[in-house]
Amino acid sequence: MAIAILIAALAGATLALFFQPRWWFPDAISAHARAYDSQFALTLWVIGCIFVLAQGGLAWIAFRYRDQGQTPSANSGNNRLEIVWTVATAAVFLALAFAGQGIWAGVHLAVDDPRALHVEVMAKQFAWSYRYAGADGVFGRVDIRQIDDAGGNPFGIDSTDPKGADDITAAILRVPAGRPVELRLKSRDVIHNFFVRELRLKQDVVPGMTIPLRFTADKPGTYEVPCSELCGLGHHQMRSALVVMPPDAYEEWLQEARQKVVLP
Amino acid sequence: MNPAGAKTLGMWLFVLSDLLTFATLLVIYTALRLANPDWPKPFALSPSIVYATIMTIVLLASSLTMVWAVDAMGKNDRKRAVQWLLATILGGASFIALHLTEWRHLIQIDKITPASSLFGSVFFGVTGLHMAHVAAGLIYLTVLATGVARGKFSAEDIETGGLYWHFVDLVWMFVFPLVYLMAVKP
Amino acid sequence: MTIFSTDHKVIGKQYIGLALFSVLLGIVLSLVMRFHLVHPDAKVKLFGALWPDGAPGGQMTPELYLSLMTIHGTIMVFFVLTTAPQSGFGNYFLPLQIGAHDMAFPVLNMLSFWTTALSLLTLLAAFFVEGGAPLSGWTAYPPLSGLGRITGPGQGLGQDLWILSIALFCVASLMAAINFIVTIIELRAPDMGYFDMPLTCWGWFVTALISLFAFAVLLAGGILLLLDRTAGTSFFVPGGLIVNDQIQTRSGGSPILFQHLFWFFGHPEVYIAILPGMGLISTILSTFSGKKVFGYKAMAIALLAIGGLGFVVWGHHMFISGMSPYSSIAFSVLTLAVGVPSAVKTFNWLATLWGGRLRFTAAMHFALGFVSIFITGGITGLILGQPGLDIYFHDTYFVVAHFHLIMGVAAIFAIFAGLHYWFPKMYGRFLHEGLGKLHFYMTFIGVYAVFVPLHFAGFVGNPRRYPDFKEYEFLKAVMPLHIGVTHAAYFLAAAQLIFLFNYFWSQRRGAAAPANPWGATTREWRDD
Ligand code: HEA
Ligand code: HEA
Ligand code: CUA
Ligand SMILES: [Cu+2]
Repeated sequence: MAIAILIAALAGATLALFFQPRWWFPDAISAHARAYDSQFALTLWVIGCIFVLAQGGLAWIAFRYRDQGQTPSANSGNNRLEIVWTVATAAVFLALAFAGQGIWAGVHLAVDDPRALHVEVMAKQFAWSYRYAGADGVFGRVDIRQIDDAGGNPFGIDSTDPKGADDITAAILRVPAGRPVELRLKSRDVIHNFFVRELRLKQDVVPGMTIPLRFTADKPGTYEVPCSELCGLGHHQMRSALVVMPPDAYEEWLQEARQKVVLP
Repeated sequence: MNPAGAKTLGMWLFVLSDLLTFATLLVIYTALRLANPDWPKPFALSPSIVYATIMTIVLLASSLTMVWAVDAMGKNDRKRAVQWLLATILGGASFIALHLTEWRHLIQIDKITPASSLFGSVFFGVTGLHMAHVAAGLIYLTVLATGVARGKFSAEDIETGGLYWHFVDLVWMFVFPLVYLMAVKP
Repeated sequence: MTIFSTDHKVIGKQYIGLALFSVLLGIVLSLVMRFHLVHPDAKVKLFGALWPDGAPGGQMTPELYLSLMTIHGTIMVFFVLTTAPQSGFGNYFLPLQIGAHDMAFPVLNMLSFWTTALSLLTLLAAFFVEGGAPLSGWTAYPPLSGLGRITGPGQGLGQDLWILSIALFCVASLMAAINFIVTIIELRAPDMGYFDMPLTCWGWFVTALISLFAFAVLLAGGILLLLDRTAGTSFFVPGGLIVNDQIQTRSGGSPILFQHLFWFFGHPEVYIAILPGMGLISTILSTFSGKKVFGYKAMAIALLAIGGLGFVVWGHHMFISGMSPYSSIAFSVLTLAVGVPSAVKTFNWLATLWGGRLRFTAAMHFALGFVSIFITGGITGLILGQPGLDIYFHDTYFVVAHFHLIMGVAAIFAIFAGLHYWFPKMYGRFLHEGLGKLHFYMTFIGVYAVFVPLHFAGFVGNPRRYPDFKEYEFLKAVMPLHIGVTHAAYFLAAAQLIFLFNYFWSQRRGAAAPANPWGATTREWRDD
């Protein structure tokens, strides 16, 4: 009796919490992020209904069949019922699985966009660096022996390669709003993770690999980038920022940055 | 307590799970090899492959003597069984001796060590785990041989030991082609 | 009762004792973690005394937090949930339920237990070596865990001991698995077919089968990781690394390979934790509703299906690891498919209750609580199982909430239910029913209060494995939530004292129990 009420009450409280607005996703800033939100809403409704039915059913059964001296039924199985609920559940679950593939494919199976802005991202314990190609549009060669964080060369741009001389290195990721961006994620020590909540994007950065990550942000603003894969004692301090700028402000910044480049 | 067959079944289960441990290693080997197209092929036909072939034959022979040991025990001929067990131990021990020589050769002449390259890692990882199994097998067989000589152990015990030994042998039959024959100098 | 006993009942109790010790330690660690999360700057004399290096002056360092977290996760998963439900209850009751006198290999059984104990000691030793316990989490991903001291304190000897402990645990579990399988196949009473076994036995059987394969793979992974650390091999170390400003010379390996090995084991492991509990809950629900288990055969087959499918879904922990995006799609479909037999089990539990006459004993309370928590925790798996949605939730507190509900507490509820149910058989006395129910109510409420709110931290994007939340603007918003959760955790932990008192008091003073106090139909209550 009491337990039936308690199950219902806890399930109800859990459900109610889902209607509070305070602890929720931040606003979406890309088409993908909005698609994400609607797939999430769909999933939440489906499992919300299952949750209510299952918990409500449990509570009700516990209440309805409490001991009142009745004789328990001798029913011990029904094959048709087993088949029905197995097939029904499989249908719901697989429908969810397939419905969810769209947003995944949108991020990971997208083809290169020729207009995309390419930025290289280098993670290390416990900092992020970003590299833009210079005016020549080409990334210079790198040589890990020339890596020098204090000297402003975290990528180890090879000083013997003229193509690298104009590459821009920055500690903050700036991108123009509305333009496709392709990041190339690299790590030089352990696994890190690049996460932008507002983009609904998260990707492990694995040493020894270069992993692409594509997005098009459309809302200017500054967004925090928390490292989201355990990388050591400074994991929680490995912070960076994504700054989405109006295109002309971005151009302005780029020109300025190009002038400031000093040969490593 | 133990009904007939329990020990054999237990050993089969062990073999099954150990097989998976080895399979994991060989899968890792395959994955790494596919990911590194310039995989080294350091083994000259002589002496490495010749050596490894002899080792293979010795190990196979020891499986044969093990079969005879089981057979003798089945006929309750303990003396024969002990003799064949000793022969098996001899085979296993020679395998290890030959293998260690081969290792020394690699380390001292070819300068391949576990830390020198990915090839070294895989080579010593896989063959090392196998050698550990052979060594454990030698201890196991010694216990069996002394026990049988003293009139302990049943035919099933020897059969169970045989199962282990054949398994170690079988694993080698995978390791030999994958690790040696696929790394012969072109 | 001798220490090195080969009697399955004694070994069963020893396993339960080991789990109880471990769980208490795990709870204490979790409380220290919860405290630190909301008071990151507090200076606590006790911490300074316990960990002079990890908490100089009582101020806890991030690395200490991470090592507590690592040991908390490792202890709870391995030494609590892999021991008590399977080796603890299983050892004690499997032979009784199938009419055998003991396990098939009593000496091997004794060895399994003592290897487990040694493994636990090895793990705890990590706290006392230079650099302290490892900080790479219970998943120990290389290269963080593979390069030694340069990746952080605790990554030296502490990490070696951790790997060694896990390897020992693998060996112990393999021995136990072989013993269970042989016992079930060879020692069943002549009149008992496979489909006459109680579902508890099915749970132990399938769990043993899973263990046999899963631990074999983890063992291989552990050996390779240890070689990477000690022999300088490079299975998991790629080329061109600079760690802590030192250029690494190794090359060619792949960090993702280790993740495949770990999760090939890791996912089946979570089923190892829950399947014995599922079997147990079926029995208890049936006993206290006065009905047979609904759909017995479907339930046994569902266990087998979960065990089998469980081996092909490991990739759902790696959706964003950088592996091929196509494999994510395959893993996603399989993952949701493995949810189906779990749902089938839930429906059958409800159908077992349906039309019964429910007796609300303490054991029944925990069994009903199990079903409720299993639903709440399992259902979020349907979100995480979609790679598109997991992109956001991976490594946030949403995942922490998911696994604490379904693994942490659902499986723990099964243990509580089992203890209340079998205590009369084990000690000839009842656990106190009133205290048991009080403990249930507090724990049930506490569990929802601790772990439901953590989902919302996940919605905000709160990463897990953060020693504090000071660095980020957006995390300021979740602090009130964390403060509430920490208080709820204190409450929850305090409630466990009731259980502890009840458990030890009842062994001596509990009401004497008749031979078959619950009117159960399984064999363990019949003879002797
Ligand atoms: C006992 C342990 C346990 C169990 C049983 C499960 C069960 C499930 N888990 Fe969970 N999981 C863990 C323990 C467990 N998990 C742990 C420990 C981690 C994290 C490890 C780490 O990173 O540290 C994890 C992480 C984890 C992830 C990775 C998240 C990430 O790191 O990004 C995913 C992703 O797919 C996942 C999915 C699932 C699914 C789909 C199930 C399913 O099997 C659930 C099935 C159950 C139900 C579906 C609910 C009941 C059914 C009904 C109510 C029926 C009604 C339904 C209908 C009518 C449709 N789990
Ligand atoms: C069995 C699994 C289990 C259990 C029970 C718990 C119990 C608890 N856990 Fe834990 N936890 C993990 C498994 C578990 N945890 C894992 C795997 C991780 C991940 C580690 C990593 O990231 O590497 C983790 C991580 C983790 C974190 C995240 C840390 C981070 O990411 O920074 C937090 C934070 O709040 C936390 C809190 C708690 C709390 C407050 C409790 C408890 O206080 C709840 C209260 C306890 C109970 C209700 C159990 C009572 C049981 C008994 C009294 C005994 C039963 C009887 C016998 C055994 C005979 N845990
Ligand atoms: Cu970098 Cu976490
Ligand atoms: Cu999983």
